[in-house]
Amino acid sequence: MSKEKLVLIGNGMAGVRTLEELLTLAPERYEITVFGAEPYGNYNRILLSPVLAGEKTINDIILNDEQWYRDNQITLYTGKKVVEVNRARRQVIAEDGTVAPYDRLLLATGSNPFIIPVPGNDLPGVVSFRDIHDVNAMLAASQHYRRAVVIGGGLLGLEAANGLLKQGMEVIVVHLLDTLMERQLDKPAAALLKLSLEQRGLKFLMGAQTAAIIGEDRVRGVRFKDGSEVAADLVVMAVGIRPNADLAKKIGLHCERGVIVNDTMQTYDPRVYAVGECVQHRGMSYGLVAPLFEQAKVCANHLAGFGYSRYQGSVTSTKLKVTGIDLFSAGNYIGGEGCEDIVYKDPGHGVYKKLVLKDNKIEGAVLYGDTVDGAWYFQLMRDGTDVSDIRAGLLFGQAHLGDSGHGGQNAVAMMADSAEICGCNGVCKGTIVKAITEKGLFTLDDVRAHTKASASCGSCTGLVEQLLANTVGDYSASSKEKSMCGCTDHSHEKVRKVISEQHLTSIRAVMDFCEWRSADGCAKCRPALNYYLIAAWPNEVRDDYQSRFINERAHANIQKDGTYSVVPRIWGGVTTPAELRAIAEVADKYKVPTVKITGGQRIDLLGVKKEDLPRMWGDLNKAGFVSGHAYGKSLRTVKTCVGSEWCRFGTQDSTGLGIKIEKMTWGSWTPHKFKIAVSGCPRNCAEATIKDYGVVCVDSGYELHVGGNGGIKVRVTDLLCKVTTEEEVMEYCGAFMQVYREEAQYLERTAPWIERVGLSYVKQRVVEDAAGRKELYRRFLESQQQAQVDPWAERAEHGVDRHEFVPLKQVAK
Amino acid sequence: MSSAATVLTMDDWLEVGRLDDIPRLGARVVRTLYGDVAVFRAGDDHVFALDDRCPHKGGPLSQGIVFDHKVACPLHNWCIELNSGCAVAPDEGLARSYPVKVEDGVVYLQLAGARAAH
Ligand code: SRM
Ligand SMILES: Cc1cc2nc3c(=O)[nH]c(=O)nc-3n(C[C@H](O)[C@H](O)[C@H](O)COP(=O)(O)OP(=O)(O)OC[C@H]3O[C@@H](n4cnc5c(N)ncnc54)[C@H](O)[C@@H]3O)c2cc1C
Ligand code: SF4
Ligand code: FES
Repeated sequence: MSKEKLVLIGNGMAGVRTLEELLTLAPERYEITVFGAEPYGNYNRILLSPVLAGEKTINDIILNDEQWYRDNQITLYTGKKVVEVNRARRQVIAEDGTVAPYDRLLLATGSNPFIIPVPGNDLPGVVSFRDIHDVNAMLAASQHYRRAVVIGGGLLGLEAANGLLKQGMEVIVVHLLDTLMERQLDKPAAALLKLSLEQRGLKFLMGAQTAAIIGEDRVRGVRFKDGSEVAADLVVMAVGIRPNADLAKKIGLHCERGVIVNDTMQTYDPRVYAVGECVQHRGMSYGLVAPLFEQAKVCANHLAGFGYSRYQGSVTSTKLKVTGIDLFSAGNYIGGEGCEDIVYKDPGHGVYKKLVLKDNKIEGAVLYGDTVDGAWYFQLMRDGTDVSDIRAGLLFGQAHLGDSGHGGQNAVAMMADSAEICGCNGVCKGTIVKAITEKGLFTLDDVRAHTKASASCGSCTGLVEQLLANTVGDYSASSKEKSMCGCTDHSHEKVRKVISEQHLTSIRAVMDFCEWRSADGCAKCRPALNYYLIAAWPNEVRDDYQSRFINERAHANIQKDGTYSVVPRIWGGVTTPAELRAIAEVADKYKVPTVKITGGQRIDLLGVKKEDLPRMWGDLNKAGFVSGHAYGKSLRTVKTCVGSEWCRFGTQDSTGLGIKIEKMTWGSWTPHKFKIAVSGCPRNCAEATIKDYGVVCVDSGYELHVGGNGGIKVRVTDLLCKVTTEEEVMEYCGAFMQVYREEAQYLERTAPWIERVGLSYVKQRVVEDAAGRKELYRRFLESQQQAQVDPWAERAEHGVDRHEFVPLKQVAK
Repeated sequence: MSSAATVLTMDDWLEVGRLDDIPRLGARVVRTLYGDVAVFRAGDDHVFALDDRCPHKGGPLSQGIVFDHKVACPLHNWCIELNSGCAVAPDEGLARSYPVKVEDGVVYLQLAGARAAH
């Protein structure tokens, strides 16, 4: 069978990105032909600004050179504008008469710069700012002439003006309104921006309406409506763009401002698809790359014949690419009816931050001078997170919370190439930048896959995102809902909902119902699904061991050399000479190389051979030990201090209470690990205020704290409430764990979970709604009946999963 | 333990056990003098054999999560193709693979031939 023919019109960012996605999905499906009006391969248009500013060269911004097209057997016609498409015969016809037949056609013709309709707008020396040709014209002009006027004080105009200034020209920016970048900035931020651009030497004419460009055989100046004039040797028009739907209109496709497409990026002609700035989707046209790349992904999915992906629109954010100026803007940054502003202003340091809230959710943000938290606010905005509980500290950002692993840095621009960004995998700034440029990476996921930076604990994610933005421009993800993994488009929440509403009780059933794309799922979704099923139907679901990570399958932690570590449960951290003797004997008998006291008040036996595990567990069981679940997404430790039994300050029996809590909660599976502590007085020696559930005993009762974390990102707990009896401590504990178990995403600890859903919500469920609390507690205890079986005893005595611990065969040769 | 010891010559198909002894979407280990070989059983009952050493830092692949015809290494989550032993791009590396076959529910492995071939 001969291949189908695909023709792409428009060799720009969106079109070629679609081809790249398509080539990974269905490399053999099409014979591909590309027409591009520009005489180049595919380049990164957004980096034209740094090229103009002399910070990069044209070579630096090429994304796919002509060799790439050859390697992928793509026929490329550069410098050939398509002027006609015969849809009946399915032929594309170029200006020079070249004809190409198609089975499917992809339109990606981008936009046209808007040229204001005034006399003289076609004089030599008047240019727009859209492509390499324009940049070359500006660079050439800057060699011979001195005075430039940029019409338009928006993003593009300011980047052009900054570039020309760097090239040594005297630059005046002419703007119709009285604030710069009015589509991204409010007045105070725009004023700061104007001030700092003026300090760099730019001049501004605000509120000036252009009436004519004057000159005879070349531009000589600009005249305004009030009759005044300024001299100019170069005029740059940067007043906006219009979707380029000329060709689409000419060939009779339904267009409004742009080419109309549906959620699969298909136009009204089912053989014709369209992506990029030329498109109008649900009434919106986008002029930023991130949404266009999402369109490209969806379009490729349909071109490849998979037919399951949908484009549902994007939320966008902007940054200005003028080196040394930090600016971030997203959403509704002006406010209005029913909105509230939170503002932080420090003009002395050139910092301005404004968040617009509506119904306790972030509607928009403008940040000037300090944009480190832009990505965080954008995330909160897209997730629709209720921020009322974190409102007081919101403007101070996430950065004030201690991140470990990258030396407290929060701005990468000034770091040396040798500076380590990712402390887990030892990846330096230079390595990341090199991978981004050489391998053509655009997204955080790409960088993680190629360099491993931020792929482990993730604490350096913000830095890697900044590096990406500095190197290839800003491609911040903008999809509205995150899918669980590549096997499905459904979010964690949706899947959980389906499991309980449809009463699904096996991984297979979930995958079938939700139309999973892969036969077996993957290492990311299967453990999550297994957990969701167990949490939803504890009495019915059979645990799927093959969907558990090895630690939970072998009930021990795998070590770097493939051996295992064994951590017996030591209730509340209290032990006896007999237990210690038993541990010592086991350590001797199995020649355990390392015995270590853990950070969780117990003892770790490290370096155990897998085959020895069941027998060793048997010996530990005989001495009364059960599994410590140090390996599980489950209850880990209940740390205690000595409390009123011994300590001269102790107010309650923290040790005894801790043991009771551990006896109640051990064995439970949770979305991520779960740690508890009980301190006997506010001196808090058990560090209860950095635990998932922490109890601080006081004379009048017990303070209950939740959502703490002592790991990658330190988070101090929030106070849930105060109670007076041990019974209440237990009940609130079980209820809190149960909401978390039923509602958090897999691998989401209580700290990020509480920040996402809000403390008020948790309080409402666990404190205010007394009947609801009792019901949660009941469900917790019910599921514990299935969970509190010592997995070690089952395997040591009853031969459960024997295959896990013995080789299939031993061969001597 | 030593009861299963067998002496082999080049190219022998070695019987290593029953297909049912390997969990579906799982793996078992065959111990040899040259190191462990991981024998995988995919969801569609295809069987594959690879050296039980991840090309990254030697992680035991037999302990990973199996999906489609791939395994995710338990140590740092590289994905390895079960039929070729190749790491899934962008990671690069190769775990040695061995011929395997299933006849009447019995799994046979060819150890020596593959060793010479590589
Ligand atoms: C053994 C131990 C270190 C020690 O020698 O003290 C340890 C060892 C590991 N920790 Fe830990 N953590 C240990 C106490 C802690 C503590 C301290 C504590 O619990 O009071 C913390 C900070 C408190 C906290 O969790 O908030 C801690 C924060 C982490 C984190 C970061 C979690 C986070 O949410 O930020 C990880 C990574 C993860 O879970 O994804 C981690 C992961 C690990 C893993 C499981 C890494 C891995 O995936 O292989 C290590 C397993 C080693 C092993 O095989 O035993 N370990 N780890 C401690 C076992 C305690 C126990 O008795 O069970
Ligand atoms: C200076 C500058 C800075 C920018 N900065 C940013 C930024 O920081 N962040 C961001 O997200 N976005 C930025 N953008 C916007 C971004 O570059 C565009 O959104 C993106 O390039 C649009 O992709 P596209 O494929 O739709 O159009 P284009 O990349 O413009 O590609 C369309 C191509 O089609 C060709 N074409 C048109 N008609 C025909 C025809 N009939 N026949 C053959 N070929 C044809 C055109 O010549 C062009 O090469 C910037 C843009 C510019 C100009
Ligand atoms: S024990 Fe914890 S801190 Fe230590 S190396 Fe392992 S994961 Fe890192
Ligand atoms: S050893 Fe396998 S991924 Fe690192």
